[in-house]
Amino acid sequence: MCIGTMAAPLSPPRLLPSGDAAITVEFARNIDDAANRRVLALDRRLASGPIEGIAETVPTYRSLLVHYDPTRIDFDALSGKLLELSLAPDPIIENARHWRIPVAYGGEHGIDLEDFAKTLRMTPDDIVAQHIASEYKVAMIGFSPGWSYLSGLHHSLQMPRRQDPRLLTPAGTISIGGVQTGIQCLAGPSGWHLLGRTPVRTYQLHRDPIFLLEPGDRVTFYAVDAKTFAEQDRAAEHGELIAEMMAA
Amino acid sequence: MSKLVVSSIGPASSVQDGGRFGAQRYGMPPSGAMDRLGLAAANCLVGNAVFAPCVEIGPFGASFTARDGAVRVGLAGAPRGADIGGRAIAWNASVTLAEGETLKLGMARGGSFSYLAIEGGIRGEAVFGSLSVNARAGLGSPYARPLQSGDELQAAPASGVPERRIDLPAEASGPIRVVLGPQDDEFGDGVKWFLDSEWKISATSDRMGYRLEGPAVTHLHGHNIVSDGTVNGSIQVPGNGQPIVLMPDRGTSGGYPKIATVISADFGRFAQIPAGTGFRFRAVGMKEAQAEAKKFAELLRSLPDRVKGIENFDLNIEALHGANVAGAAVNAVDAGTWQSPSPADAP
Repeated sequence: MCIGTMAAPLSPPRLLPSGDAAITVEFARNIDDAANRRVLALDRRLASGPIEGIAETVPTYRSLLVHYDPTRIDFDALSGKLLELSLAPDPIIENARHWRIPVAYGGEHGIDLEDFAKTLRMTPDDIVAQHIASEYKVAMIGFSPGWSYLSGLHHSLQMPRRQDPRLLTPAGTISIGGVQTGIQCLAGPSGWHLLGRTPVRTYQLHRDPIFLLEPGDRVTFYAVDAKTFAEQDRAAEHGELIAEMMAA
Repeated sequence: MSKLVVSSIGPASSVQDGGRFGAQRYGMPPSGAMDRLGLAAANCLVGNAVFAPCVEIGPFGASFTARDGAVRVGLAGAPRGADIGGRAIAWNASVTLAEGETLKLGMARGGSFSYLAIEGGIRGEAVFGSLSVNARAGLGSPYARPLQSGDELQAAPASGVPERRIDLPAEASGPIRVVLGPQDDEFGDGVKWFLDSEWKISATSDRMGYRLEGPAVTHLHGHNIVSDGTVNGSIQVPGNGQPIVLMPDRGTSGGYPKIATVISADFGRFAQIPAGTGFRFRAVGMKEAQAEAKKFAELLRSLPDRVKGIENFDLNIEALHGANVAGAAVNAVDAGTWQSPSPADAP
């Protein structure tokens, strides 16, 4: 007999074929924190109790992509197992790691900060204060190595992506796109609004670990000046993490 | 230690192996050979592991010279005219370059990518188990970029074993088979358009994605979805309705609806379709797609048994003909079109 709080039954995810060697387990079609929790929960279950034939998993905001070997397990058998695991009660994660990450906001480091503030009828200082006040979660890592999509952006800072994406934006860019903020590791194209840069490399070869962040990790930002950024950037170049892990 | 020196090479040529798997959850593209059958066949010819690193040679000509000793190589994938000092060399076969000899390869015929395996493999520093080059991510070894003239690949001294050829089954033909989804429900009648139309691969395609030219495929609810994961062969449709098939250097997630996915058994055949050649897609069920995946895995497993001695090999007319064009083809490189940035999936 169950007394006390009883969770509503979980809705089944959609099991969508991504070709003959991957299944997309889709919990929602939109950006939804509850769906993302279920994605990460299923991902953890598969990590702790592997299913024969699964090659690797890729968590995203709303779905878990499961790559598998079709010569070892077929679509129907794997779908059944994934469905069953998806409907198991969702444990709350309390032990997610929490990182503090420095950002040099505005100026040459964040060329969109002024315009971004104007559009929102705020001052650049207000934008920065609000951006560092929130705690974020790594909802997914994708597109290019270390590109971390963070959920938890304050509603006052949400803004649609730029009409004209830039073909090249700097390594370490901290930006906002829609309801998300992000940490971009490598230089590359982006349609987001560029607020600043971090010296922290979320991906760096020849460093242990190569990838700093895991999906599910917590992140808060703090502001540094250009001089501190330059010093930390040199240290990061030589393999220092710079990001600090907060005591649990 | 012998080495193989790249004397000349066109764009879209790089060291590739079976790929870099296990880190897609961190945004790491898998990279790896465009045509795994070609990669595996070249390796088997010189006794390497099937997915060992090879030189993946793009559509244009290339030449390689042995230095500091003899080098034995295997040639497979898209066929080309090949010669050493005017002597025609068979395709799908191994050959040994004596010290100082130059192997000249013409343009790819009936395909885009050929594979040159070096006996004993290519030496380099693996990241996530792979030497595959991904220039955008600064990855790959011994060079983290496409190959250029003058590059050197360290090689084991040639073993001197008799040369080999490999008997491959007749190449499959017909439409490229796809499994619909994961977002085919975003298209309605667009699915029928997609399946009923003839497509061509754009010359602006690269190892990240093949852009398709044909009628626009229209969406039911607009072209933005919340990003989700991608696979090799995901066919995403951006706002202009021109599908992009994602290739091994793809972003690991993408925010355009994906109408269908090329089946894994047809992926290499699709990757080999030259730019500008017309082709069609055909939808198959999951059972058929997975049965084909098993057949393809069996074909790969059978490759070592398909390697034969070369003594009874008829040097075919095509190889001789190709040898005549090899020299001229090296000049036909057009570096302007084949590789260009494709930021379609940018955040």
